[in-house]
Amino acid sequence: MSAPTLSPAVSSAPEAPRAPLTKKVLVADHPTWCPGCGDFAVLASFYKVLEKLNYPQEKIVTFAGIGCSSRFPYFVNTHGGHYIHGRSLPFAAGISLGRDDLHVFVFGGDGDGFSIGGNHLVHTARKNPRMTYVIMDNSVYGLTKKQTSPTSPIGFKSKTDPWGAFDQPINPMRTLINSGATFIARSHATQVNHMVEMMHRAALHDGFSVVEILSECVEFFEGAFDSSIPRKGGSFQTIDLKKNDGSAEDAARHDPTDELAALRLALDPWPGKFGIYYENKSRPTKNALEQKLITNTREKTKNASDLELLSKTFARMR
Amino acid sequence: MVSPIPPSSASATARSNAPLFTIPDVVIRLAGNSQDGIQAVGGFLARLAGRSAQEVMTYMTIPSTISGGPSIFQVRIGSGEILSAGDRADVLVAFYQHSYESHRSSLRPGGVLLYDSDHVTPNPDDKEITAVGIPMTSATVEAVGGSSKEKGKNIYVLGLLARMFDLDVPKLSQLIKERFGGKNEDIVRNALLAFDAGYAYPAENLAHILFRLETPTPTVGGRPQITTDGNTALTYGLIAAGVRHGAGYPITPWSSIMETLRTELPKYGGIFVQCEDEIAAASTALGFSYGGNLSITGSSGPGLSLKMEALGWATMAELPLIVVNVQRGGPSTGMPTNIEQSDLLQAIYGSHGDCPRVVLAPKNVEDCFYIAIEACRIAREFSTPVIILTDQALATRIEAFDEPDLPKLMIEQKPDLSPRDASYKPYPLDQVQRHAPPGSVIGSGKYPTVTGLEHDEYGHPTASPAMHTKMTIKRREKIKSVAATFPAPELFGDQSGDVLLIGWGCTYGPIREALGRLRGAGATVGHIQIRHIHPLDGGLEEIFARYRHILVVEINDEGLYGYGQLATLLRSRYCNPAISSITKTDGLTYKVSEIVERVAIKLGLADTTVGMRKQSLLASALTAQK
Ligand SMILES: Cc1ncc(C[n+]2csc(CCOP(=O)(O)OP(=O)(O)O)c2C)c(N)n1
Ligand code: SF4
Ligand SMILES: [Mg+2]
Repeated sequence: MSAPTLSPAVSSAPEAPRAPLTKKVLVADHPTWCPGCGDFAVLASFYKVLEKLNYPQEKIVTFAGIGCSSRFPYFVNTHGGHYIHGRSLPFAAGISLGRDDLHVFVFGGDGDGFSIGGNHLVHTARKNPRMTYVIMDNSVYGLTKKQTSPTSPIGFKSKTDPWGAFDQPINPMRTLINSGATFIARSHATQVNHMVEMMHRAALHDGFSVVEILSECVEFFEGAFDSSIPRKGGSFQTIDLKKNDGSAEDAARHDPTDELAALRLALDPWPGKFGIYYENKSRPTKNALEQKLITNTREKTKNASDLELLSKTFARMR
Repeated sequence: MVSPIPPSSASATARSNAPLFTIPDVVIRLAGNSQDGIQAVGGFLARLAGRSAQEVMTYMTIPSTISGGPSIFQVRIGSGEILSAGDRADVLVAFYQHSYESHRSSLRPGGVLLYDSDHVTPNPDDKEITAVGIPMTSATVEAVGGSSKEKGKNIYVLGLLARMFDLDVPKLSQLIKERFGGKNEDIVRNALLAFDAGYAYPAENLAHILFRLETPTPTVGGRPQITTDGNTALTYGLIAAGVRHGAGYPITPWSSIMETLRTELPKYGGIFVQCEDEIAAASTALGFSYGGNLSITGSSGPGLSLKMEALGWATMAELPLIVVNVQRGGPSTGMPTNIEQSDLLQAIYGSHGDCPRVVLAPKNVEDCFYIAIEACRIAREFSTPVIILTDQALATRIEAFDEPDLPKLMIEQKPDLSPRDASYKPYPLDQVQRHAPPGSVIGSGKYPTVTGLEHDEYGHPTASPAMHTKMTIKRREKIKSVAATFPAPELFGDQSGDVLLIGWGCTYGPIREALGRLRGAGATVGHIQIRHIHPLDGGLEEIFARYRHILVVEINDEGLYGYGQLATLLRSRYCNPAISSITKTDGLTYKVSEIVERVAIKLGLADTTVGMRKQSLLASALTAQK
């Protein structure tokens, strides 16, 4: 009889006391990004998150689609890889569902996630597999050198809209809330501590967690996010989460389990607020639901062995 | 539960008075509408044949509309080797006037028409056949009770056929009970009532059309026969081969594979995911494979096109994957419930970049099971995607074959998470890639990236012209070397001579029958059904050299340059001018006579007696009675 395949049968190395995960171990190839690219800070923050999480190194998976931001996995020394443009979410869902013992992280850009991968984003959110998705939104296509992206603001002059973009941009928070993602947060590549906190909370969330990080492309959309950078005259407004302390101030704070309140926050005028928009801890993951299906089904067949099951099936075809 | 009177005893006397003609095989075509349950009758007959160690083959058409629409099921049962579902029917059961009108021509001269006299008025001047009218609808209503409307008519007909061909009634009743057993008792009882009513139809009216099928000589110690369709056989082949993970998106005629996997895999501890589209399905399946569990995705023509970018990645990243493509009429939505073999070139070449991959094609329903196992072996051994090209005809038809030896065949799959030593490279140039799934500790401390970018041996992206050349060669040579693991192709008929018939996929049976007829008419003919499409079987070049003509029989168009898709491949591979094509695009499987006639034309034998009109024994039996 084979054990349910969700837990791997061949075990990894014998359990030896492990040295804590450090940035030194986690660093891989030197990033190929342009100097000043916001993505460097996201990478640095991610190392910190992994240090905090301190998972066994071989159990961490870092995957990505295609784009500047999607080069990410080459720079993190874990199992991982580089899939095709826009499809990394269903790929990562396969990793997560097939191997519940792993910690799966996916990285990508705004084009990768909201344009070519838009339908996958909605459906992955709907299915709620256990994994964390970080979207590095620079509001432009970086790798292909300055075309309009689905988050480019109206008026943005790109190579495909030299007169200024006029298609309505996507509102990432609103899209994510509508699609049913169970953890939705927003951060900014100039705010390392905030990014670390958001990605860390996302990683600890049991379900499909998404963090959108505004990460400037200094090459093709310089100054895109200045309005939320205090040292450039903008303001970085974080979301105050409810403490449920009964105080008067608390009434004004955001309840992340309140979907309507999250939607209202998402409709704030640009550049909006940063922090946790929505968190649903009660919806079961697809991992758990599939495992439950397996357990129930196997109970019905009285945990028959594979050979017994298949022999019975063939006997019915006689 | 009301137990029915065993009808076989009740009417045994009546039957034994009738003259009995023993026949080796019979082709029965049932024609009605899709909601009449004629597939069920065909299925019962097929399974009965399987249980009686008889050969059986079926053929059905299903309308692509959701309800209603004409539908047929043809079943051929016999004691010899049955290779095709039969060109023409010996018996036609017509439920409606339109069934009669559309299918009268499928009945051979001397055949029997059983028609529902409540709905059908046959041409009274048609003396070529024996027409027997039976009030199927009203008799069923009378037997089962008014409330059931016309439901059960199909089972009534089954009873009638059981009588006509002296079929094994206890076995049939058992099949009916098994089939309806899960539902409420009334349904089983009604079905048995309808069956008995059909069986008890006054024998005098049938006296001139009673037959007995030859009983096959029992094979000693043989395995029990099972009866199933190609999609089911393929699905369980994958399960036998240890596949426990997969993902798909519905499309006819692939859907039944994903439906079965979705309900079966959890029993085996596995998961099948219904995705938002075919791209996501290929991606999720690759994610499973990346996790160390060889997985399956599949579709039909248009869906395979959508998977192509992901398949390109799988070739570059060198991950194993099974891709099933159940071909149907194309392009685009085309003829979704008809057969066509027009995805061969798509399967081999339908990708961006130099993307060599393995393509296999099962030749019959039984082979759907074994080719699935072979595909999994290749995918694992060579860490590569493997496409199984099956088709609508194989998917839906039912055949009987020996039950597979499961204890010998079953494979257990577990991700190999053993620690890799310091010398581990994800993409070594001198050997097949050995993927280290996440969870494996890498001794060097440098964790691998699995990537679609051209890479060096460690998976680092590279734009080095020399490395791209080396890696391209490596990927190509890997796929070429798969051919060394194939058994020699099976050559039927004459080992050299006038013609070598080449086929692939569902044409196996008709070509083999055609081979027999052509040889019977004096031609020297051989036949190979190519199962390994890419890379091709070894040794073909030498075999081809022994024949004057190599005719490739396929169900696709001859294209701009005059050759079908496999013929195009073979001509470019072997540069042999003797290779030419027999193609068609009518959405139907080949009739034996079509192949014989087309070969005769090719050979300039059209006007000789290339022996076609051999009447079956049933025909002579019928003529004898009149
Ligand atoms: C199927 C396909 N279409 C188009 C491309 C070209 N392409 C690569 S990255 C990209 C857009 C990248 O934009 P984004 O996802 O925002 O990432 P960024 O580079 O801005 O980080 C495009 C269009 C591709 N690689 N594959
Ligand atoms: S092009 Fe833009 S997004 Fe890409 S690396 Fe340079 S700065 Fe970063
Ligand atoms: Mg971008």
